Amino acid sequence: MSMPAFMQSALHPAGADAAVIHSLTWLLIIGATVILAGMMLLLALAMRQRSQGNPIRPLRWLIGGGVLLPLVVLSALLAWSTLQSAWLTRPSSQHALKIAVTAKMWWWEVRYTDPAGGPDIVLANEIRLPAGQSAYLGLSSTDVIHSFWVPALAGKVDMLPGRLHGLTVRADNPGIYRGQCAEYCGQQHARMALHVVVQTPDEFKAWLARQAQAGAMPASSQALRGRDAFVAHRCTACHTVRGLATPAPQETLGPDLTHIGSRLYLGAGTLRNTRGALAGWIADPHASKPGVRMPAAGDIDGPTLADIAAYLEQLQ
Amino acid sequence: MPAAGGGNPQQGLRLLAQFQCGACHQIPGVPAARSLVGPSLAHLAQQSYIAGQFPNQPEVLVRWIVDPPAMQPGTLMPAMGVSEQQARAMAAYLYSLP
Repeated sequence: MSMPAFMQSALHPAGADAAVIHSLTWLLIIGATVILAGMMLLLALAMRQRSQGNPIRPLRWLIGGGVLLPLVVLSALLAWSTLQSAWLTRPSSQHALKIAVTAKMWWWEVRYTDPAGGPDIVLANEIRLPAGQSAYLGLSSTDVIHSFWVPALAGKVDMLPGRLHGLTVRADNPGIYRGQCAEYCGQQHARMALHVVVQTPDEFKAWLARQAQAGAMPASSQALRGRDAFVAHRCTACHTVRGLATPAPQETLGPDLTHIGSRLYLGAGTLRNTRGALAGWIADPHASKPGVRMPAAGDIDGPTLADIAAYLEQLQ
Repeated sequence: MPAAGGGNPQQGLRLLAQFQCGACHQIPGVPAARSLVGPSLAHLAQQSYIAGQFPNQPEVLVRWIVDPPAMQPGTLMPAMGVSEQQARAMAAYLYSLP
């Protein structure tokens, strides 16, 4: 999977809707530039005429440039943009793939329905899509207003608590497209990113089947120690690892970690997912993302920290 | 200043970013490396000791980066699978900082 040079850019559309928005954007930019340049040229000519003593006939310019020109240009623009907007995908859940995205301060919960009929597959901060197929995203929020924006795929859609907004996206080619919250939502609004990973339909199917499974059984003794430490330090008071036996029920306040090892980033796009970054994040997430709801682990010693990082890393 | 330990500082800079050293350390020049979990590496070249107990020499630093727990059991810094050659490049960059 290669990273495109422009991971988050509305000027490099990778989906149908983004292409429509992209062409409208350039039309407006070029059109406005042409009109501005024309105005400046007329102004220069008018000043020259006046200095040469030639009279200017204001009525012709007022009616021509002030009424007729805007009438023609704006009408054409209205017709063109209406036509283009009609080509934008209508949000419709009549697609095979439905994904619920819930914005939280400051991360994204992502839920897929299990094609095999099992319980929802809960993930975080990463959406995977099959290339060339439409997917319906049901967007909501549990706390404040957020906004879903993956510039390479589609326009912004606000996420309001208590409301469900829909967005249909289709990415044509495999790749990784970064998105981020586009509505100021508090201290870590800037580090509330998500990644849309577009794969071939076969790769996607295999990935989804793997994500539906319970967390991997640790194979190494270090990862086994890490699993026990993960439970002992009550990480499951906020996080869930499906299939992990814990004394108290696992909670879902924080991101589901069942397959955290398979994700590209930690902390909603804050750190790339490596073992070192996992350890650093657990030791003190506030050093990387001040204000994040996860508390720093002040009482975990070095070897235990390395064990937990090893355990999480193998949750592929 | 010649690259200490024989590594390539520019390669070291890329590796420091790639291994996410900034998740714990402040390192000038490395994007987003501003964390306070571990000590700042901004003036490592001027420090007398590494990890508070080992003499600050290129060969020692390379060994430290490759496997910290082997040198100081109990350290929070994990062994991240950095090869000796990679560690040499990272050390070269860190020593090139003023």
